[in-house]
Parts: sequence; C-alpha cells; structure tokens
Amino acid sequence: MSQSKVKIITNGILSENPTFVQCIGLCPTLAVTSSVANGLGMGIAATFVLIASNAVISLLRKMVPDEVRIPIFIVVIAGFVTVIEFLMKGFAPELNKSLGIFIPLIVVNCIILARAEAFASKNGVFASALDGVGMGLGFTIALMFLGSIREIFGAGTWFGNPVVSFEPALLVVLAPGGFIVLGCCMGAFRAIQARAAKLRGLGATPAEARPMGCGSCIMAKFCQKTESDCEVNS
Amino acid sequence: MSMTELFLLFVSSIFVHNILLSRFLGCCPFMGVSSKLKTAQGMGAAVVFVIVLASLMTWLTYNYLLVPLHLEYLYTLSFILVIAALVQFVELALKKLNPVLYKSLGIFLPLITTNCAVLGVAVLNMNEGYGLAASLVNAFGSSLGFLLAISLMAGIRERIEENDGIPDSLQGLPMALITAGLMSIAFMGFTGIIK
Repeated sequence: MSQSKVKIITNGILSENPTFVQCIGLCPTLAVTSSVANGLGMGIAATFVLIASNAVISLLRKMVPDEVRIPIFIVVIAGFVTVIEFLMKGFAPELNKSLGIFIPLIVVNCIILARAEAFASKNGVFASALDGVGMGLGFTIALMFLGSIREIFGAGTWFGNPVVSFEPALLVVLAPGGFIVLGCCMGAFRAIQARAAKLRGLGATPAEARPMGCGSCIMAKFCQKTESDCEVNS
Repeated sequence: MSMTELFLLFVSSIFVHNILLSRFLGCCPFMGVSSKLKTAQGMGAAVVFVIVLASLMTWLTYNYLLVPLHLEYLYTLSFILVIAALVQFVELALKKLNPVLYKSLGIFLPLITTNCAVLGVAVLNMNEGYGLAASLVNAFGSSLGFLLAISLMAGIRERIEENDGIPDSLQGLPMALITAGLMSIAFMGFTGIIK
C-alpha cells in the first residue's frame, strides 16, 4: 500500500476526524453514545454505509449530471441504509431496538453526504472506499470513546461489566450528559492539537483550526457567498 | 385521539420530549446556525414550515402508497425523496409567491433536506402509529420546540461571544455544547408535567 493510501485512512481518524475536527454528524454522536456497545454498533453501521455508498458514488461519478447529483447520492445512501436496517433486524435485534430511529437517520447523517460530495465524486473507486474506511473508523473510534466515558461515569460499567467502585452519576448517561461530555472532549481534543502544533513549531492556534467555515460545509458548492459574509456559519 | 390527548401530545412534544434537547434530532443546525438570534429564528421558522408539510406528505405516502403496496420497508428511501422534493418545491413556490418570505427563509431551505429533525419526526410518527391529526400535532409541537430551543440558544450564545474569559480551546462549538447540556438539564424539569 502506498504512502498516500495510508494517508487517506489516517486522515479520517486524526486530522479530519468527523466528530472532533469537522464536527459533523452530531445527532447520532450525542444520541447513541449512552453506552459503548451502542456506540460501536452505530459506528459499524455507519462505516458500512460510508464504504458502500462511497464506492458506488465513485463508480457513478461520470454518469451523474451535476444538477441532480445530490438526490442521486441520497437515493444510493438510502438504499444502503435500508440494507443495513434489514441486516441489523435479522442479526442484532437488541442493538437495532436500542439504536431505534437513528438507524434510518443514517441517511441524513451529514458525514456520509459530505464524503460523497467532497471525496467520492472526485476520486477513484478504491480511494473512495478507503476514504469510507478511514472516516468510518474515525467516527467509530469517536463514538466508542464518548460511549466509554459516558458508560463508565454514568452507569459504572464498560460493555455491561461493572468496572468502578464509586457511585456513578446518572446524569452523564442522560441527555444533558451527552452534550456536556462531547463539549469537554472536543475542547480537550483542540487543546491537545494546539499543544502538539506548538511543539512542532507550527503556529496553528485553535481559532485557525476551527472547523466552521466553507471547507466543512456541505452547502459550499451551491452557496455563492464567501466565508466572511456567510449567514449560516458566522 | 381525543382533544385532551392531542393537547397533551402537543405540550409534551414542545417541552418534555424537546426534539433538540431530549431527542437529539437536528443538532447540526442547532450548533451551526445558532450564533446569531436573527438567523436562528429564520432557520427555526423554516423548520416549522417544512416539518409540518413533510409530516403531512410522508403520512400520506406511507398510508396510501407504501402500506397498500406492502412496501413498508422502503420508508427510508421514499420519505427522504418526498422530503427532498418537497423542499425543492417549497423553495420554488416561495420564490414565486412570496419573495419577502423567500428572502428570509430561502437560504435555509437547502440545508433542511439533510436536517435529521425532518426525517426524524416523520419516522417517529410512523413508529408511534399516529393518525393524521396526531402526526400533524406532533410535527407542529416538535418543530415549535426546535424554534424555541434554537432561539434560546442563540440568545445565550450572543452573550457568550462578549465574554473574554473562555479558554481558547473551548471557544465556539465546545462551549455551545456545554451550554446546550445545561439547557437540557433545565428542560428535564418539565418531565413531571405530563405523566
């Protein structure tokens, strides 16, 4: 495997991590990380859809007229989501029940459409599938990380096994805990990034590394505005 | 469903099961479009409009197209297509019929297709087996809850912006998430009002 292929994968895990760096796909991230098993399940489901839809969209990229590409991408993605929904119902009914509505909602997970638009519609099949692997892994790792923190501190267990001796704080598993834990983790991730950049002698401050901007916006292609007069992300 | 039940459903969908703060649907615009009060309200209004219309259309699609044809499993695909088409249509219609409203809501419409709140409410209505009236009430209540939460959030964020004391790494999104967590705790207080 050449250097660039490896880089496509590590990109998704570190420098372009969908959750911590690009800050997209927040809804499933917040909703399913109440336990690490749910996080893992969601991560696998989303990874499957990412790889498959990236590969198919890359195959179709020369046939699809530019004007209708978004609806076509969405149909491809929705097809694979239906497939994973069937697979989950058949092989992991428990998990399917606890993820519930968030399985069909993978269709509108911004990560998948954003990768289709930003990567798969411009690159070859193999590279696109690898990008799907990288982004999927990055998403899965982030979900498992958040799920571990919330399950350990909120329920005192990890994968259902009791691990701590202190009284767990139920709030961490409930809805508010999701927001607060993600906020704190994101802050920590940025602080570490800034620290690492400083050590390597780069001047990248967290403000510059901030993900909000046209680069991470899926609407960038339709939008005629520049970053400075953007009404959405300003 | 009786009038009382519909009313209870309405109240619970706004406060108790707030779509953003307790169901986690529509978090991307909640974080992305909530830095200014005016844009947040524009987005909220567009979402109310689209969610109510989309719930009507998806309810009709499900009950009069998918169920008779025994194609229920295609709901994901058909709902998202209905929503995408609807959003396009609303955009065109608004442009033609009401340019003033289009100017204030128009820029948010393309973003709404990929807003999981719209598809989420449609799927919730289907899962709960709501009739047409209950679906519409749930849709209206949920989207009002969205408008309420995003407006509150934008109001708070405008104040946070003026605060210099926040550490660099927490500025922007992380702070917004923590704020949302605190708001979510406040909204948990509504849990008792409906059994």
